Amino acid sequence: MTTLKVSQPGSVTPRRRAKEKKSRKGWGSNAVGLLIAAFVAFPLYWMLLSALKPKTALDAGDSTPWTLTPSFDSFARVLSVNNFGQYFLNSVIVALSVVVLSTVLAFLAAVALTRYNFKMRTKLLIIILVAQMVPIEALTIPLFFLFKGFGEAIPAVGLNHLGSLILVHVGFSIPFAIWMLRGFVAAVPIELEEAAKLDGASSFKFVRSVLFPLVAPGVVACSVFSFISTWNDFLFAKTFIISAQENSTMPMALLSFFKPDQNDWGAIMAGSVIMTIPVLIFFIAVQRKLVSGLAGAVKG
Amino acid sequence: MALQVPVATASTSPAPVRPAQSRPKKKGRGWAGRLEHWLYLAPALIVLIALLGYPLYQLINMSLYDYRQAQVSGNAPLNFTGLENYRILVSDPEFWTVLGNTVIFATACVVFTLLVGGALAVFATRLRPWVRTTLFAVSLGAWATPAVTGSAVWLFLFDSTQGLVNKVLAGIGLSGFSDFSWTYDKWTAFGLVASEVVWCSFPFVMVTVYAGIQAIPTEVVEAARLDGASMPRIFTNIMLPMLRPIVMIVTIQSIIWNFKIFSQIYIMTNGGGIAGQNMVLNVYSYQQAFAASLYGLGSALGVIMTVLLMVITVVYLRLLKRSGEVL
Repeated sequence: MTTLKVSQPGSVTPRRRAKEKKSRKGWGSNAVGLLIAAFVAFPLYWMLLSALKPKTALDAGDSTPWTLTPSFDSFARVLSVNNFGQYFLNSVIVALSVVVLSTVLAFLAAVALTRYNFKMRTKLLIIILVAQMVPIEALTIPLFFLFKGFGEAIPAVGLNHLGSLILVHVGFSIPFAIWMLRGFVAAVPIELEEAAKLDGASSFKFVRSVLFPLVAPGVVACSVFSFISTWNDFLFAKTFIISAQENSTMPMALLSFFKPDQNDWGAIMAGSVIMTIPVLIFFIAVQRKLVSGLAGAVKG
Repeated sequence: MALQVPVATASTSPAPVRPAQSRPKKKGRGWAGRLEHWLYLAPALIVLIALLGYPLYQLINMSLYDYRQAQVSGNAPLNFTGLENYRILVSDPEFWTVLGNTVIFATACVVFTLLVGGALAVFATRLRPWVRTTLFAVSLGAWATPAVTGSAVWLFLFDSTQGLVNKVLAGIGLSGFSDFSWTYDKWTAFGLVASEVVWCSFPFVMVTVYAGIQAIPTEVVEAARLDGASMPRIFTNIMLPMLRPIVMIVTIQSIIWNFKIFSQIYIMTNGGGIAGQNMVLNVYSYQQAFAASLYGLGSALGVIMTVLLMVITVVYLRLLKRSGEVL
């Protein structure tokens, strides 16, 4: 109470003083902030730098934080000798298939779970929430045998084929995607649906040509999530693709560069750069939508 | 634009035909209306049942059998052994070591992730916009980095002979580090993995908590400041209580993520470290199943893992409910 009374008459001076203090203080903290940013960025910088350094310099133990003679030698080595291009393509095929399939399936399910009232609704929502928490890593063993069985019936979705990786990640992406899209679908006013129905649009037509475009930000956000989790997957790529080298994805290829005696760090770093860049671009491009999508998921 | 779609169709459709057209459709909708949502749900549900539900059932089932390579290839009969796999685990000191490793490692990762992420979120509010944008941009970069490549880079940085860290440490006079192997000792290896994990997971905490801080009305903080409250005081007495729901979400999310870590451990310690000293539950389960062909035992470990995380999740939901969040 007393402080309020004191500060009221001369309210301009303390505020100005606070501002001055803030800007003077800001100098130091801004410098520290930049230092932290540099520290966080350093591993990524070092990855790119080491990929660009000539092999001879790396082998000689050169650890200068810059290079005056950048070379694409390591990239060439990775892409030609180790057939990294093929693995890159495999990863792209798997990730894009997962994004398309899981988003469509999750969107339709989200529509059913928000636009319709039925007995099982809340139960299903809770089941999906729990499903999202199931540690997929623990399911590796039964899934291995499941896909072994699938492969005996339809080889394309069995072990050693990209189909198995696509399917398994569609399954894992769906619960989170449903949960996330639910908020977005629910945000579309019900009047819009009534208007569309009065105009004679079938329910499916409404869902496809009105609802889907309206929830695009949510769709983008959940696509990013399924893309990244699929792209980064190491466990299933390792477990499912056992003998068919040509169907390996990038994480496995990268691991194959690790040799017990002498690691070819230049090649490992070049491969890492190739693997990191698509995710980075994807992430930064949709960063804003990602944040709003996250907010939607939390609010939903 | 999309909002105008229904209006556009209304103006183009010929008026006299409409009642006739909508009548039978309405009837049809009444019947289909009851099943329509199941049509939308069916594809997702089928996938979920096949790829999450059934495997979960199978996981529990397999953990109750003596299931090894001989049984897989059909050379030996499949015997139901009940809880034998669990009994083996509980009486095996290695299991308890692995469980302890998992808890210590995951807890350390969670604590440091939250501390770093939370502190930087508060710190970010005091930075100039362009500095903050820079910090957030590079953090997003760390966040986006795949676990595999992140592990590779950190391993390279801490490589015993070619790594930058050892060279710098040796350069400033700590000659003991010139050929120091960070992965040889159990706890330095765990520390190395944990650093990588914190590096790539603190941005999630930072971004989320920062968004939470932004959502706090500025008047509240301003009023406290005018009343002469110090910055730490404002943080603990005003911001923290208002941030509670968000802090809880990121905490539980971090716990769940860090208990499940597989790639980083597997890659950085080459499959669980020297003599398996860096095994955590996930890696242990994987090795038991796919390296030792003890599928039953591996499944039992998977069940334990799942139960552990389910318990955490239930606690999480309880806490959410208590804090007034509606499902």
